[in-house]
Amino acid sequence: MNRKDLGLLILILVVGTVVAIINPRFLSPVNLSNTANLIGLFGIFALGQAFVIISGGIELSVGSIIALLGVIFVDLVSLGTVNWSVAFAAVLALGCLIGLVHGLLITKARLQPFVVTLCGLLIYRGVARYYTDDATAGFPFGASFPTLEWLVAGRFYGIPHSLIAFIIITIIMAVVLHRSVFGRYLFAVGKNEEAARYSGIHTSRIITAAYVICCGLTAVAAVFIAMYTRSISPSSHGNFYELYAIAAAVLGGCSLRGGEGSIIGVVLGTVLLQVLQNLVNLLGIPSSLNFAVMGSVILLGVLADQQFYRTRKSVARAAG
Amino acid sequence: MPRTEQAGPLPAGLLRRSCMAATLTPIIGGMPHSFLALTGISKLYPGVTALDGVDLRVSAGEVIGLVGENGAGKSTLMKILGGVVEATGGEIEIDGDRVDRLSVNGSMRAGIAFVHQELNLFDNLSAAANIFIGREPLKGGPLRLIDTEALNRQAKPLLDQLGADFRPDTKVADLSLAQMQLVEIAKALSLKARLVIMDEPTSSLTVTETNRLLAVIGRLKAERVAVIFISHRLGEVKQVADRVAVLRDGRLVAELARSEIETGTMIRHMIGRDLKTLYGPPAAPPGHAVLELADVRTSYRPDQAASFSVRAGEILGLAGLVGSGRTELARAVFGLEPILGGEIRIDGRKVGLRSPREAIQHGVYLVPEDRKRSGLILSFRISHNISLASLKSLSRRGIVDGAAERREAEAQKKNLDIRCLDTTAEAGSLSGGNQQKVVLAKWLSMQPRVLIFDEPTRGIDVGAKNEIYRLMRELSDRGVGILMISSDMEEVIGVSDRIAVMHEGAIAGFLDRSQFTEENVLSLAVGRAAIREAAE
Repeated sequence: MNRKDLGLLILILVVGTVVAIINPRFLSPVNLSNTANLIGLFGIFALGQAFVIISGGIELSVGSIIALLGVIFVDLVSLGTVNWSVAFAAVLALGCLIGLVHGLLITKARLQPFVVTLCGLLIYRGVARYYTDDATAGFPFGASFPTLEWLVAGRFYGIPHSLIAFIIITIIMAVVLHRSVFGRYLFAVGKNEEAARYSGIHTSRIITAAYVICCGLTAVAAVFIAMYTRSISPSSHGNFYELYAIAAAVLGGCSLRGGEGSIIGVVLGTVLLQVLQNLVNLLGIPSSLNFAVMGSVILLGVLADQQFYRTRKSVARAAG
Repeated sequence: MPRTEQAGPLPAGLLRRSCMAATLTPIIGGMPHSFLALTGISKLYPGVTALDGVDLRVSAGEVIGLVGENGAGKSTLMKILGGVVEATGGEIEIDGDRVDRLSVNGSMRAGIAFVHQELNLFDNLSAAANIFIGREPLKGGPLRLIDTEALNRQAKPLLDQLGADFRPDTKVADLSLAQMQLVEIAKALSLKARLVIMDEPTSSLTVTETNRLLAVIGRLKAERVAVIFISHRLGEVKQVADRVAVLRDGRLVAELARSEIETGTMIRHMIGRDLKTLYGPPAAPPGHAVLELADVRTSYRPDQAASFSVRAGEILGLAGLVGSGRTELARAVFGLEPILGGEIRIDGRKVGLRSPREAIQHGVYLVPEDRKRSGLILSFRISHNISLASLKSLSRRGIVDGAAERREAEAQKKNLDIRCLDTTAEAGSLSGGNQQKVVLAKWLSMQPRVLIFDEPTRGIDVGAKNEIYRLMRELSDRGVGILMISSDMEEVIGVSDRIAVMHEGAIAGFLDRSQFTEENVLSLAVGRAAIREAAE
């Protein structure tokens, strides 16, 4: 854990303490469990976003993918023709395929990530709405899938399974990013693609893999979110979720220029965002101000960090 | 580098004489027309003396050739004139007034203009817009619209004066390099420049374009504009200069009058030491050809084919002027550029190298020219830079073995004498020479067959240079074939076992050590002489 992550952790604790003092319901088991569930849901795809941002790109179609894969999953399961595990595998495969297409368009057709994924954002949202005739997708009345519901929306001693899934994925992704050859290559490509290529790294394969990981994790999150909301109106489901992911990654120390970031940072970023959401609800701030509060806190945080970094640099220079 | 007070026998006398002249003659009016006078200019960097008591006077309408090897202090001197760098000692006088501190603006106001090696033009704007950038004629009114017609009208005479063959409204992106230079010169003239400093202006020009530029210098002279012409091409210097100043190791070692300007004299002053001292002979005669190029053509000059071979245990120098296609050829061998024809053989077997990855798999490694951009990841740790290419062998089931990685980095640090506190420090914190060693360490932790060095010691101080040369020889003695691209004549002649000289995309000839002279290399490089090829 570096200085930046530590600062973020302190900020979370300070905000949490203040909220808990003003409104003790913050620490009630129900509230904690709910917040934990949301952290799990948003954290899973925020981790994926971090991989793409570290590669030097961006993935804007996350929210639309969550909507499209959500309606497909609900549809497959409620039709009852396939087992839910097959449906899950299909949705996961489709997510990875979307990531593969994005990666190939960026590395082979040399399109800008922003453009490719912006088009994805529009296309998948449109397809999702067309797929359901713009109607809300949901499970038929009385239908129940006990195993699936227990797995995805259940709790273990009050701990939501989504959070447990998030923790497991976090550990795996931390090893991949910080300990594996692929992770090192990803940082290298994000920081200096030319030097990486000159060192024999298959840069386009690394970048493509980042998008596959991102969209694959988004597919997993899509299933959890679909089972959490239980009904999906394709025009609004998952709206702006990509921005939550980007915000969490940036708060957690990922540079949009690529080559920087850590898993622990993204986790802390996700936690902070959800605590802020919770704060808006618990402190009686009008929920319409939700985004404004989040935006302000992120802005202040980034500003403070920059200021701190600059002072430290000039101090170091004066000392040197 | 600590500097010894002793200089070569001949230049020392000259230097002393010029110092005396400066102290004895009254400065103002001492030289009737000199509007710019530098006296005793020194520049000390921590540990390095870049300039040491340099005197230079510039008179109106005078063309001064400034020559010297790489690192002799030419660019530092020019940076001082441009106000970019402040001298640590000496005096600058402009029109007889002493200037304490020459700023960038002060330099511009004094009428000093630069035509840089890398042109500073906006290529999305027209020639005229570039000439008057920041001083555009306006139409008047609150919107401050640019009067494009007036802009082109005002630019035309300036360009005509230089014999430009393009319209002022041509986009700079559509101009050739030579035409862009004319835009830069026109810009200087529009600023009422009295001194135009040209840094290697002809390095990327064709012969015709070069002749045209030399004619432009003649026109500037006629307009009473002084020119400082910095070039490695001594023939051009001889052709155009009224006076030549030779810098070596930060000192002005000679000033030659028009009648004294001879290529041989200039070289003698520039070098001032025995070139052969650099050379460490190979331990054994060269072995079989590890890398062979047979009629290889690249997109750079598709009409020209290049053939040569690098043998095990040999350092082959690849010389030639900038733009002769050396770097492009190296890029092709390293899989960065497609080969349009011919074949590349490694250990006698034909190989297709379509990416650096494939080249590396065949044991062909490149130490690139721009180490900060292509050789290193500056913000990565030294150890992570060293392991970047060999990471797979330092890992188990895809997970990096951190201990093995550190051990390898420490071993390479010791082996190459990389000077750093710790291999966890950022590579960007190292000096140029140590950075180059890190690039080298990256390849030495693997099994090189062929190592290509592109300008291996650019921007590296003398001490580190010699270490790099020593390492190159050690590697070649271990049976690695070394291909060294270099524009530094001293380096090519001093380090190579054999030299291949390129000219316009083809190999103009080979030289054996017995034929190594600057003249031989240069005449092949300019495509002038037919020297009998060295026996392969």
